[in-house]
Formats: sequence, structure tokens, C-alpha cells
Amino acid sequence: MTYQDKPAQPGLSRRGFLVASAATGALSLGYGVMPTGADAASHAASISPSMFYDIHADGRIVVHIPKAEMGQHVGTALSQALAEELECDWSKIELAYVGFNPAFGLHITGGSWSVNWTFDALSRAGAAGRIALVEAAAAKLGGTAADYTVENGVISGGGKSVSYGDLVAMGIEPRAFSEDEMKALTLKGAGDRKIVGQSIPALDIPAKTNGTAKYGIDVQLDGMVYATPAEPPVRYGASVKSVDDSKAKMIKGYERYVIVNDPLGTQTGLVMAIADSYWNAKQAAEALQIDYDLGPNAAVDLAAIHAENARLIETGEATRLFLNDGDADAGLAAADKVMEAVYETGVNIHAPLEPMNCTVEISADGTYNIHAGNQFQTLLMGLVGALGVAPEKIMFHQHVLGGGFGRRLDCDYVVMACLTAKEVGKPVKMVYSREVDMQVDFTRPAATVAMKAGLKGGKIDTWHVSSASAWASARQAPAFLAPDLSGDPEKKMDGFAVNGADHWYTMPNQKVLLSMNAVAQGAMPPGHLRSVGPGWQFFAGESFIDEIAHDLGVDPLELRMSMLDGAGKNAGEGITTGGAKRLAAVLKSVADRSGYGSDLGEGRGIGLSAVTAQERASASWTACAADVTVDKATGAVKVNKLTLAMDVGTSVNPTGVKAQLTGGALWGMSIALLENGTFENGAIQDRNFDTYTPMRMSDLPELDVELLEVNGYPTGCGEPGTTAVAPAIANAIFAASGARVRSLPITPEKVKAAM
Amino acid sequence: MKTLKVNGTDRAVDVANGTPLLWVIRDSLDLQGTKFGCGAGLCGACTVHVNGKAVRSCQTQIDALSDGDEVTTIEGLSAEGEHPLQKAWIEEQVPQCGYCQSGQLMQAADLLSSNPSPSSEEIRSAMSGNLCRCMTYDRIESAVMRASKA
Repeated sequence: MTYQDKPAQPGLSRRGFLVASAATGALSLGYGVMPTGADAASHAASISPSMFYDIHADGRIVVHIPKAEMGQHVGTALSQALAEELECDWSKIELAYVGFNPAFGLHITGGSWSVNWTFDALSRAGAAGRIALVEAAAAKLGGTAADYTVENGVISGGGKSVSYGDLVAMGIEPRAFSEDEMKALTLKGAGDRKIVGQSIPALDIPAKTNGTAKYGIDVQLDGMVYATPAEPPVRYGASVKSVDDSKAKMIKGYERYVIVNDPLGTQTGLVMAIADSYWNAKQAAEALQIDYDLGPNAAVDLAAIHAENARLIETGEATRLFLNDGDADAGLAAADKVMEAVYETGVNIHAPLEPMNCTVEISADGTYNIHAGNQFQTLLMGLVGALGVAPEKIMFHQHVLGGGFGRRLDCDYVVMACLTAKEVGKPVKMVYSREVDMQVDFTRPAATVAMKAGLKGGKIDTWHVSSASAWASARQAPAFLAPDLSGDPEKKMDGFAVNGADHWYTMPNQKVLLSMNAVAQGAMPPGHLRSVGPGWQFFAGESFIDEIAHDLGVDPLELRMSMLDGAGKNAGEGITTGGAKRLAAVLKSVADRSGYGSDLGEGRGIGLSAVTAQERASASWTACAADVTVDKATGAVKVNKLTLAMDVGTSVNPTGVKAQLTGGALWGMSIALLENGTFENGAIQDRNFDTYTPMRMSDLPELDVELLEVNGYPTGCGEPGTTAVAPAIANAIFAASGARVRSLPITPEKVKAAM
Repeated sequence: MKTLKVNGTDRAVDVANGTPLLWVIRDSLDLQGTKFGCGAGLCGACTVHVNGKAVRSCQTQIDALSDGDEVTTIEGLSAEGEHPLQKAWIEEQVPQCGYCQSGQLMQAADLLSSNPSPSSEEIRSAMSGNLCRCMTYDRIESAVMRASKA
């Protein structure tokens, strides 16, 4: 595997084969212009194939992967799209992870967007390359392009043949494709594909079995010192009054401390111990005696955050309008019956297994060489730039990520390392200890979702959602905030906090409101954690539908199916064509395969959920049936089996998609039952995996995972599984025991109390 | 000063008493395949073999090792990545982010050396100290099972 900071610039050389095309204009950053589906190519600032790959004279095809590799094998999937149309020899593919290149537009890995945004652009880049090569072969060997065919990277015709690599070695003329030509390229239909849709072994996996995969934490630079912070006393808002390092000076290898004054406020109250090894730095950090001003958040706890959520919902203060179909207020007033329920979620910590780290070397000319694994290069460049470093002096070297899950969408660790390296005047490897990594995490915010349903004639006539939480985008990427539906352009909202509430069930009247919790925003800066808002919105919505079904005396599967009729907007459009009917298909799949409806005996039940994470416009149709046993004496829940189905249009690499769906679902189960973050005195109390306890192999349920292939445009697969499991488990617990738990995580105490 | 046999080669180590073997391996011996995850023996990412047995290197102080003790890291599990477990890991497409996998493989190698044909329950019992944040546990289990039959 190789790493490359800048893809080759457009131009022609004998070594690097390039096809240039006219730029189509830059992508502006913002929620309203998020590219979706087949529009993706037009959102890339340029569709020059050279941006995406080079073909070398020795035949190697180096694909520039703008997405972070964090376990999803994205480079393999993207290369499959390219290779399908390029008709190259798959064994010649190599991956080069791009550090930063503004030509890729919004440089981010998240949102289950990677394949969704890039599939079309890479397919077209491959097709353009194939056409240019065949034309070049005809120019060299005689005849016209129509006389030649391509197979496995060899162009043949008229008894002659030449490989792509040999052709490049001969040197060829540039070939430009206009934007219109790129759009007009004919791509293969599903039936003609040989590479897309195949479970090709992931190219990054061998290096992950022999210790050679290089993560950010593995970077070693000459003359490097190590930095690690002392544990701050609160999550956010502390400042350092004084530091006494007399005890730290007794640690061999300790050099000095650095108080990090971050003008951007990505973190607060961090004091770095600098030493000749990580271990010595860690020992020294523990020996530092630091006097802090605890700041404004030292008295905040989780109960206060949930209380503020409830107050916002109760008062309607700072409400934003996300969805307003029909007339929900009139619908509630005219209902035969109004049902209400309030759902809460707790604190979840990302805790990727590779703690946050970054190595920075500032060269003599002032260039910041930044080595790390990161999901959001556009933000990284912006933040380091805001520290006063000119863009041309920022060189970001991307590495494999030891887990992302949204944590590495933030760049605090990069800022910390840059500020420390500047102060120390030497290359610095900055590593958060596990304790600090948990303490300063940008957690999944504690959310409250208040549901109301107006029932009329045995059906759901009105659906009303009021949601409150901290908003990650408001803190981290305000450009992602969009005007709400009120018509007041000043009323901005974070769609990532509420996605999923705009479900695909047909209901005449629907209203979705949300508010930002400023108390949480200050004390516990929120982050994007795998699936973000749909994680709590679907827990609430899919639990509530189950509650309504039981109240109406209708089977929860039947109620869902009756509303998944694909009427009106729920017919879908573009990449969501098929709409609610596709959701009905995955739901039917899990119901059929799980044994839903059969008699399971006392204390055991199956619960369902049907979700469409991430966004409505890029829905990946996903369903779960959870089979659980509840111990009525203790409230303990055992998950016997998770049955899952997903329709992502086309699974570019089915083995990879299944891994993402399964891993996402197990994350969902871990959040539903096992991960319980505590927040007291302004501080995250969990500092390691002793009290914060993600799923282990001993917790693994039986799994039955199926992909429904419909030959549609590919959508994302990394997050939907995460959202589907918690409501399915909650509904199964109700089926098994009659206990309705409306709070995550679901603990035995909560189950017992609800019985 | 101590001389350890690291992946079959004598390596001199000169660090302060109390230094965990993990940091000796990573920072002194420059073997980056062994990973730091928690520093508290809770995640298993740092698992290596000392004299053939799996240990958490973050909890193994250098003082506890003697001259000539054999330390095997992921780089020394096999010369060319051909250990049956490494092959099975690729065949089952186990790793996602991959950060925990050095530790998973070293733990699984210890299991198979003492129990060549483990049951599903025995695999889960032996491997539950190794956290995988991507939760690719089903494939880890399948791969250990596959390797045990190789």
C-alpha cells in the first residue's frame, strides 16, 4: 500500500498517463448542496480521470482514494467502480490515499456517502480512460478505435494487441473530455458488470493481518519527541492557572510541559507533557500538578442535560421546523385518540481502538507536515489555516484509521499537535492516552424525542415529533446548518440531529420539530457518532409505532406494511425510486426469516424495525428482527439472534457491505444494551473499557444477514445497521415481557422497572 | 540492559524499570505492529507472546522479563504472513479497521497452540478479552474455526 499527498497534476508524461477534462466549477460547502446519487459527478470540481488514477508504464494502476480507510475497505469498492469501466487488469490496482486535494470538493468521509457520491464519477473516469487508451492504440497500431476491443487491460484488434502499460510507455497524446462528453458516456448496465457486485478480497486486508498496515500512531520521525496530555478536570471549559512540574522532572526523559492555548477552542484545559518516549510522557503527565479554573460547566451532569431537553420540548423554545406535511395541529385536535410517549438516549463515547494521535513536523520553510488518520480534510485544512498557517504550507499525510465512527471527523487532535509542535520546536508525536481520549470525546449527545400520534379510524392520522439534543454541526461545521421550513432564513437547524424523523410511512399529517440544547452544547460538545440523529430518531419512531400497533390491537408488522404503500412522496425518486415498497421488501425479508409470528414460548419475543438511514434522499432500506429472551426475575436481556436485511441498490462488494451492515448492527446492539456513558460534575466519568463496556465476542448473538439486490444506484452501508437494532430490541423486550423501555441503554434495572 | 530474543533475534534493551513491554516493542525496538489501545489490560490490542504464551504487553513490565526470554510479535508470527490464522483471516475477510487484529491473531495463536480444535464456546471464552471496536467478532470466530481445521 502506498500513500500520496497530492495526486499527479493534469498533464502528460511518459510515466503517468493522464486525461484532462474541463473543470466544472467548484463545489460550495453546505448542507443544501450535498451531492446525492447520480449527481455526484457534477459536484466534483473536476472530472479529470487523472485526479482519480494514474496508469504507469509498468502497468500499475494507482487509484487515488479521497476517502479515509477506517475499516470499510472503501478503496477496494471505489476501485471496483473504476475498473469495471476501465476494463483493466484488477491485479494491477494499487491504492493511494489522498491527503488533501481541493479538486475533490468537500473532502470528507462520513454519512455513508463514500460510494454513493463517488460511484458515478469513478465509473465515468474509468470509461473515459478506456476510450482514450483505445483511441491511442488505434493511432499507434492503425485503423480506428472501432477496430479494437479491450479485455483485462489489453487492447486487441486486427491481429495486433497492446497492454495499457505498454501503451503508456510508448507515450500518447493528451485527450480531453468535455463535461458534456463525460455526461454522455454510456456506462454498463447491471447485467454486463464483471467487477462491481463481486466480493473481491479487500486490498487493505493483508497488511492488517501481518502488522504492516501503517496507522497514524505508527509514524516515526527523526528527532521526534512525544507529547501526551494530563487528564483535564472537566469535559469542556477549564483553563490552566498554573503548573508545577517538580515531580515530573524526576521522570527520566521528561523535557517540559506545554499549556495548549487553543484559539479555536477545539479543546480546553490540556497540558502536554513532553518526553523522549510515550511512556515517559505519560508518567510525567500524571506527575504534573496543575491548578485549573474549572470554568462554567463544572456543575453540569447528565440529568441536567436531559432536564434541559425536556424543558425545550415543553416550552417550544428555540424550536425549528424540519417537516410539515398536512396539518398536524388540526389532526391532533380532531383525533379519536392521542397517544404520547417520550424516548431518551444516553451518552455514547466513540472510543475507536486507536486513540487520537497526530504527528507534526514543522519544516524550516514553515511547512506543517501533519501525519494522522482523519475523516474530514476540508475541516482540517480550515482549522490549521485558522491557526495562521498558509494553505500552501499545510501538507496533510493521510494514514489508515484505527477506527473512525465519526470521531475522526473532528480535528482537535491535529490542532493540539500543531500547537504543541510549534511551541516545542521539534517534531512531535502527540497521543491521547485512553483516559484522555474518552474524557475529551465528542460524544453522541443525550437526546430526548417526544412523540405524539393522532389516531383516527384505527389508523395513524397524525405524527408529531419534538426532539431536543446538542447539535454536532452547530459546533463543528456550521456550514452544514440549513434554514428550517419556517421561512425565516435566520432559523437554522442541524438536519443531522433529526434525519430519520422524515420516515417513509404514509400518514396524512406530519410535523417534526427540533431544538438545540445549549447547556449540553457547552458542557459536553457533541459529535457525529456512527449514524448520528437517525440513531435516536428511529429508536423513538420505530418504538412508538410498535406501541401504537399494540394499542390498536394490530400486529406491528401489519401496521407497518399498511403504511408502506409507496403513495405520494413515498414512491421515491431518482436513487430512491421504489421508495417505501423497498422498505416493505426488507421488512418482509426479516419477518419471514426470523420466524416472526411463531410461538416462541414464555419470556421470549421478536421485535421489528424498518429504517432508512442516513438521509431520506440517500436512503438505504434496512430492517431488523431481534429475537430476545428476558429474565423476568432480573430484567436481564439476552439477544438470541439478529436477522437483518438491507437494500443499497447495488452492493458493489457484497462481502464488504455485509461486514458494514453486521458491524453497524452490532454497534447498534452495543449502544442499545451495553454502552452507558456517565457524566457528572462536568466530566465524562468513564476513562477506560472497565466502566465503558462495548460489546465483546461473548455477547455475540446469532446473525442472519441478507442483501436484497435491485440493481439500483449504490447507496451507503456503514450506518443504517446501527439505527435498526435498538428499536427492534426494545420491541422484542415488550413482546417477551410486556416491559416497554423508552430509554437507552436498556439496562436490567430499566426492564425490571417497566414490567 | 537486558537482551531479549525478539522474533528470533537477540535485541538489547535499555529502559527504566517499570516500562511496559508494549513501549519497549513500539518505541525502542521500532516494531509498530503491536498496538496501544487502552494501557490497562482491558482491550487486548497489545497482545504478544512471551515464551510462547499470550500476554498483554501493556501490563508486562520489562522488570518481569529475563535475559534470553523470547518475545514474539505479529511481525514474528510467521515469516511471510502464512500462519494458518493469517490465511484464515484473509479468507474470511476478517479485519475492518484492523487496529485490534495483531492482538486478536496473537491471542488466537495462543489458543490454537494449546487447544488445536476449540469449540465455538472455547473460542469465545479465549477471545473475549480482545475488544474489536468494529465488532467483526463473527468473522474472527469463523476464521479461528477455519484455521483450526487447516
